[in-house]
Amino acid sequence: MEFEPKILGFMCNWCSYAAADLAGVSRFQYPSNLRIIRVMCSARVDPVMVIEGFLQGADGVLVLGCHFGDCHYSIGNYYADRKMRMTKKFLEIIGINEERLYVDWVSAAEGDRFASIVKNLTSRIKEMGTLGVKENLKSSEVKERLKAAQIALQGETIRWLVGKEKELVENKNVYQEKISQEDFDRVMVDNIKDKYIKTRILLLLKDNKLSVREIADKLNLSPRAILEQIVDLQRRGDIELSEIVGKTPKYNLMKVK
Amino acid sequence: MVQDEPRIGVFVCHCGTNIAGVVDVEEVAQYALTLKNVVHSQTNLYTCSDAGINSIKEGIKKYNLNRVVVASCTPRTHEPLFRRTCQEAGVNPFLFEFVNIREHCSWVHSDEPEKATQKAKELVRMGIAKARFLQPQEEIENEVEPRALVIGGGISGMSAALTLAQRGFEVYLIEREKYLGGVLRKLYKLYPTSQEAKSILEPMIRSVTKNEKIKIFTSSVIKETSGYIGNYNIKVETKGKETELKVGVIIVAIGAKELKPKKLYNYDGENVITQLELEKRLKDKDPQLSNIKSSVMIFCAGSRIPERPYCSKICCMNGIKNALILQEINPKINIYILYRDIMTYGEYEDNYYRVSREKGITYLKYSPEKPPVVEKGKVVVYDKLLGEEIELPSDLTILSTPLVSPDGEEELSRMLKVPIDVDGFLLEAHVKLRPVEFATDGVYLSGCCHWPTDLKGAIVEGYAAASKASIPLVNKKVKVEPIVSFVDEEKCIGCGLCESICPYTAIEVKQTEKGRKAKTISASCKGCGLCGASCPEGAITMQHFSNEQELAMICAFGGEK
Repeated sequence: MEFEPKILGFMCNWCSYAAADLAGVSRFQYPSNLRIIRVMCSARVDPVMVIEGFLQGADGVLVLGCHFGDCHYSIGNYYADRKMRMTKKFLEIIGINEERLYVDWVSAAEGDRFASIVKNLTSRIKEMGTLGVKENLKSSEVKERLKAAQIALQGETIRWLVGKEKELVENKNVYQEKISQEDFDRVMVDNIKDKYIKTRILLLLKDNKLSVREIADKLNLSPRAILEQIVDLQRRGDIELSEIVGKTPKYNLMKVK
Repeated sequence: MVQDEPRIGVFVCHCGTNIAGVVDVEEVAQYALTLKNVVHSQTNLYTCSDAGINSIKEGIKKYNLNRVVVASCTPRTHEPLFRRTCQEAGVNPFLFEFVNIREHCSWVHSDEPEKATQKAKELVRMGIAKARFLQPQEEIENEVEPRALVIGGGISGMSAALTLAQRGFEVYLIEREKYLGGVLRKLYKLYPTSQEAKSILEPMIRSVTKNEKIKIFTSSVIKETSGYIGNYNIKVETKGKETELKVGVIIVAIGAKELKPKKLYNYDGENVITQLELEKRLKDKDPQLSNIKSSVMIFCAGSRIPERPYCSKICCMNGIKNALILQEINPKINIYILYRDIMTYGEYEDNYYRVSREKGITYLKYSPEKPPVVEKGKVVVYDKLLGEEIELPSDLTILSTPLVSPDGEEELSRMLKVPIDVDGFLLEAHVKLRPVEFATDGVYLSGCCHWPTDLKGAIVEGYAAASKASIPLVNKKVKVEPIVSFVDEEKCIGCGLCESICPYTAIEVKQTEKGRKAKTISASCKGCGLCGASCPEGAITMQHFSNEQELAMICAFGGEK
């Protein structure tokens, strides 16, 4: 039997959901793989929700908002755009094909375009196969990575960065300095990597006592990179030295006293 | 909060054959019964018919339902009906959830009935998952301050202010300049009636000034605005002095200004001038004007070009009118109008253009690829229709430049959180369905700040904005949909991210006993959910689209029953 991908969609009430309605009224046929969740604005789509979609078995996630300048909430879609760009970046960093998250803008009058977007996305996801196939990852590995990404996306740092991005990049700060998009993106990527690795380490240490090398092997990273994170996590009081086996220190999560 | 165990009733619609012709609705209804908390499930031929509505009401009574899910068409058309049905049967209208299995399913998968049925089942499963977490909401009602603010004392602002005052409401009219009147003050005669501008302006200013309900602030600018429909707080600065005003509605009528060209067609303000500068000379009865033997007017000067692509709408008529006036002053004058396209739509307007040709005004078509060249005492133009270059003597060259956005527009748009379009003008809520209104409730617009318009348009829009603005003023109360955000004070750390990103200034961080905390101003909140999706602490719940509800839907998407 042919692989039928599962696609989760988030549509805003005013434009893209209406475009889906119009596609219906116009009887534009498209593949039945999409399941739509209606939100009032694409800005409501929390990156955490996108990751949850993948965790729940979506092979693709579709987020559609109004065209720029047409947002019912005037600027919601600009924020959605930045949030989703960040989410795509995150997926890329954790080794998941970022094309599985597709973001676009359709007006309430573009029923035909809506149908073709769904058609094209469905066929692209079909080619990629089920989540993990194109990525060459076992499904358990995909889940672990996504879980860590989701936790990192719930954290303050990334949410602050993406929330402030529009203001920082478009306006000047109090010192009359403007941050370029490239500079901002660099900071964002560094932070994503940092939070992601930290979260993965914390998840690994949840039920295990592990050494730096053991963690490095599991995460396929250099022991040096892990050691830096271990030092940092220890300093923050997130983990502690558990025991020393032979000459190798092992760590576990800080126990709440 | 509903603490009771959810008792969900599911109503699957045949919609005649629209849904049932593709989707096996009986199978969908049977499937719904297997899901958690579903105590009743049935199909209806037409759920929106009287019979369908009654079956929902009876279902609610018979099975003691506290949640209702209808799987039929689209919430965009039928949600209000089913919400009302629930309310009439004693269930809070926000305990209703809509599942779209027609527009999003049967109509778009009509050749795949099995897949469509499977999809309908899953969509219903997702709807039920959300329904479990629905919370009752109460509609929010707010008092309206029975006063209006009109920003801009041009003809449009004045007609709006006067209309509202005549309806009995107090109006504050704010004008940047020393005098009321706007651009109209600078005009000599008006098309197509050729009457003097002051014959309209002066009586208008008299009525506005005399009206006791209108309080006029000239030489004044808006310094600060806060609040929401019904309750706006405004700070106005007049020559260094600040006044605080409280109003219920705001009309923006800040007009537009003529583009002053820079280095365009050798513009010097002396021998090459703009139409508005010509108007001043006409008004001042400049004796030089009768000595002009030949004059060239260049239309579309600085408009309909890549950096300013729009047509300013009024310039053709205005130029033709001034050409005719110059001809009246000196009947022997030669006037050449260099145009790209002539826009004189309207009953009187087009006739005006015809008459001007009959009276001997010469029209030459140029193309933007070969624009006219203005030299001392002459203009050289490539006539597109003749295909030849022509040299025209010109004692006075007049440029028809477009109207552009006025000074102070950007600050005002930031303060009121109203958008500006690509051409720099203010953008109304919807070009056809909601003219003269902004997407922000309680703020309206009229006149040239929205798009270049002539006198009639400016007055009509003033009336329209005033009549729209009077709706909340007359009702004295505004109802707000309770789809608003809610801040959990315990979790909030007062960082202010939500406050800085909210498109409606609907969330405020204030000092409380527990420190700085954000709080939603429900009357301003439009429910986009941006704050909820952005809060670094997860402290903000977007009611009716909460994390709990959304995640439940996603889990149901994944198969959770």
